[in-house]
Amino acid sequence: MPDLLIELLSEEIPARMQARAAEDLKKRVTDGLVEAGLTYAAAQGFATPRRLALAVEGLPARSPDLREERKGPRVDAPDRAVEGFARSAGVSREALEARDTPKGRVYFAVIDRPGRPAEDIVAEVLESVIRNFPWPKSMRWGAGSLRWVRPLHSILCILSDEHGARVVPLEVDGIHAGDRTRGHRFMAPEEFSVSSFEDYAARLKRARVILSAEERAGKIRADAENLAFAAGLEVVEDRALLAEVAGLVEWPVTLMGEIGAAFLDLPPEVLRSSMKEHQKFFSVRNPKSGRIERFITVANRETADHGAAILAGNRRVLAARLADAGFFWENDLRVARSDIMQWVKALDQVTFHNRLGSQGDRVRRIVELAGELAAPVGADPALVREAAELAKADLSSEMVYEFPELQGTMGRYYIEAAGRDRAVAAAAEEHYSPQGPSDEVPRAPVSVAVALADKLDMLTGFWAIDEKPTGSKDPFALRRAALGVIRLVLANDLRLPLRRFIDAQLMRHKRQLHREADRAERDALIEITREIARHGFFGAAFEAVMERLRGRKEAPETGEGSLLRGLEGRVPGLSEDLLGFIHDRLKVFLREEGIRHDIIDACIAMPGNDDLSLLVKRARALQEVMGTEDGENLLQGFRRANNILAQAEAKDGVEYSFGADPKLAETESERALFAALDEAEAKISAALEAEDFPAAMAAMAALRGPIDAFFVEVQVNTDDAVLRRNRLNLLHDIRKLCTTVADLTRLEG
Amino acid sequence: MTDTTSAPRSFQEIILRLQGYWASKGCAILQPYDMEVGAGTFHPATTLRALGPRPWSAAYVQPSRRPTDGRYGENPNRLQHYYQYQVIMKPSPSDLQDLYLGSLAAIGIDMDLHDIRFVEDDWESPTLGAWGLGWEVWCDGMEVSQFTYFQQVGGHDCRPVSGELTYGIERLAMYVLGIEHVMDMPFNDPDAAIPLRYGDVFRQTEEEYARWNFDVANTEMLLRHFEEAEEECNTILSQPETDPRTGKRIVMVHPAYDQCIKASHIFNLLDARGVISVTERQAYIARVRALAKKCADAFLQTEAGGRDA
Repeated sequence: MPDLLIELLSEEIPARMQARAAEDLKKRVTDGLVEAGLTYAAAQGFATPRRLALAVEGLPARSPDLREERKGPRVDAPDRAVEGFARSAGVSREALEARDTPKGRVYFAVIDRPGRPAEDIVAEVLESVIRNFPWPKSMRWGAGSLRWVRPLHSILCILSDEHGARVVPLEVDGIHAGDRTRGHRFMAPEEFSVSSFEDYAARLKRARVILSAEERAGKIRADAENLAFAAGLEVVEDRALLAEVAGLVEWPVTLMGEIGAAFLDLPPEVLRSSMKEHQKFFSVRNPKSGRIERFITVANRETADHGAAILAGNRRVLAARLADAGFFWENDLRVARSDIMQWVKALDQVTFHNRLGSQGDRVRRIVELAGELAAPVGADPALVREAAELAKADLSSEMVYEFPELQGTMGRYYIEAAGRDRAVAAAAEEHYSPQGPSDEVPRAPVSVAVALADKLDMLTGFWAIDEKPTGSKDPFALRRAALGVIRLVLANDLRLPLRRFIDAQLMRHKRQLHREADRAERDALIEITREIARHGFFGAAFEAVMERLRGRKEAPETGEGSLLRGLEGRVPGLSEDLLGFIHDRLKVFLREEGIRHDIIDACIAMPGNDDLSLLVKRARALQEVMGTEDGENLLQGFRRANNILAQAEAKDGVEYSFGADPKLAETESERALFAALDEAEAKISAALEAEDFPAAMAAMAALRGPIDAFFVEVQVNTDDAVLRRNRLNLLHDIRKLCTTVADLTRLEG
Repeated sequence: MTDTTSAPRSFQEIILRLQGYWASKGCAILQPYDMEVGAGTFHPATTLRALGPRPWSAAYVQPSRRPTDGRYGENPNRLQHYYQYQVIMKPSPSDLQDLYLGSLAAIGIDMDLHDIRFVEDDWESPTLGAWGLGWEVWCDGMEVSQFTYFQQVGGHDCRPVSGELTYGIERLAMYVLGIEHVMDMPFNDPDAAIPLRYGDVFRQTEEEYARWNFDVANTEMLLRHFEEAEEECNTILSQPETDPRTGKRIVMVHPAYDQCIKASHIFNLLDARGVISVTERQAYIARVRALAKKCADAFLQTEAGGRDA
């Protein structure tokens, strides 16, 4: 049983692509082999910065011989049919065998497919894999047309067994496969040949290449920890960085250096960002003080001076980087302490979006919205406004200009340096959260209010200018913003009617968009925005203001085609559309919790659906009850009632909503249903009043018995018109009562 | 030929060694392009010659201007005017990495003592409609060059592919010479009768240009010049191919491309003046790219572009 070894040696493969490429090579080659009839015992893929390799164990020397029989036409079929069959089977007419079958004498073609040598199959498969390799990005080079991630230099492809190794004959765009490879680019660049995978791995190691990425990462980690430990320090763990660095070296040599004393007082985040982003250094921390005091860099070679020159060079590069960072830090602190508001003013000069105004405009809108959110969130309104005003101040700082990923983090440092309240400083850092689905949600009330205002301002702004996400395009990360709103509300159990805040913020954007409008119009916009807080949504606020304007002398234009009438036509639709977008994100979010989308739909159809906490409470209770036998049966009963009623209403052209009269009840089960509905109604309305959805659902589910019994015993569409009408009215009562709990008509299954 | 066995002693010696090295590898040593550009890539010897089937091999120094990087000569390594060393070879030779490493050795970097790494860095020039794959090359953690295999220029696939090497000479020289602040770097031989440092040559100009770039440049004039350059580029390329005076077919690609370069630089100046908003930015870049694209189209219709090849 031969083993197969493949190595594709190229110029440096991006670290981030290596692991995937090793897997793809393994999968594509082994899939191709199996498809061609070569099964195998085991396979393993490898990647280093310059090579992909694959070892496949236990291949057969040939693919098995295959014999296929194909049934053809009867022997008495026309000549043309018989010849056509022979041709399609690829055999001569003489080779056809006539056999007796229950359907008479029929021609059979016996097709022999002899097995093929493994070499031939491997050559074919590998060439196709190389030509169609799924690199995230590939390129051409020189005058050739082959595509690879970077120029491909050599192909090693051998089959080896106890008799030795032989090269699989193969050529791709002028590169002939062989049994030779090279070691480390600098430490062992000579060519050498190999006879098996074991030989290959061992020779590579002698030639200063560790083939396995895990082994390289393990060595880096162990060496780094030892270096740090010996100095009484610890390495700050960073898995992503470890994986990346292991993809940048074939022969890792770990070196630890000092961060100049001048830089040790920089915030640890600044040190880490600077070292990691620019230099791919690990941070080394003093466990006693928590300070980052040294760095670890991983070189790709050993040197006669044991890395002294390499370390010195790295230290110089780092010193230059940190000198920059230190310079920014000192300058920034000076500004923060003397006049942090100058940063806020500077935001007026920074464009946020050409239609949505400057960062300064954005901050002013957020301040207003956050101020309104303070009370429902349970935060001090003055602190919230202060926090919102300063939350983006650090965008004007030199440090954030240089390291954008430190936005927020620097804000906290600088606002503290300015002597402001700690809650205000914390909000600057936390208001960007939560960013992803697993990011932590802020809990401090001031941070929550600013975070919500920040996200709602983004959403309403892009809705106001009609730049909503479409398909896979979401350049402003609005889906993430909507999810952020959802998680902030739910994690903090906030009772927040969102419509009111969405409407108010849409109006603030409209003010921005219509800043050229005349004075009276702008005043009216401000008045409407203010009224929204009182009335709860745009429509009522708009009506109230219009009413007031009628009595005023200097009223703005309110006729057809005026700015105000335009808003009346636009704002409510935008607001509903945005709420629908948030509901869609909520469905995705709750699906992970196992809540069905139709359950959520049934709850979204209810009043108060802009209060996400209430909505989710209702959905959870409905999901729960629909999982019970009573719930399921109740739903069947509800559907039956609803169908009969709907048909009757369609046929009769009337709505049976007059209320049923218990006096007309004829049967026991009819009377029992009247009683049960009365009882359930009292319970449900009390439970809904108390927002006790499980209790309301339970009371509803309890109707299952009486409804089932009713349908068993009673014919609704009876000939007696009076009885029929009364029963239809009774069904209507069932529908009405059940749909005060949730819109059951939207449930599936 | 300069002595490459000892360590270089000045900025200019490093340039001279690079020139000598690449000349010995067969490159035509060209001179800088005589216009303001943001990078060596803009030199027509790279942008245009990367197009079409004809082989090409050139190296040159290109003074480069990035108005927004001006720091009045105070920053240890940021300058609004600096030098790039550019090598372009078409088709890219299969030993280009080794050739490149040889150039580092030639300027005194001892490969046995230093850690050279090729770190992924894909190159894209939105203004030139160009992109390529390659690396930034690190020496002991310091980026010393960009190494790119051109895939497209002006929207056209590069066939064959050019290999492009770009060295930021000041930064590389500071590293080799062990200098902390660019202005302290010896420009000529430190033992010369009149030893000059980089600052002696450029500190004053950095200050002057920084002030002009950031605060004084007449933005109305620049906006007008941008429009004019754009218009002239289009006018040039819309001329009939046959020159009425000589009766020859003359497609005026290079004069048109000069106007494209001009528009690009004016855009950079406007950017430094802070008068271009985020969205306008994209629109300006698209306008320059449209010019670059037209020039590339036209170049392919010329002899150098391989029309008759």
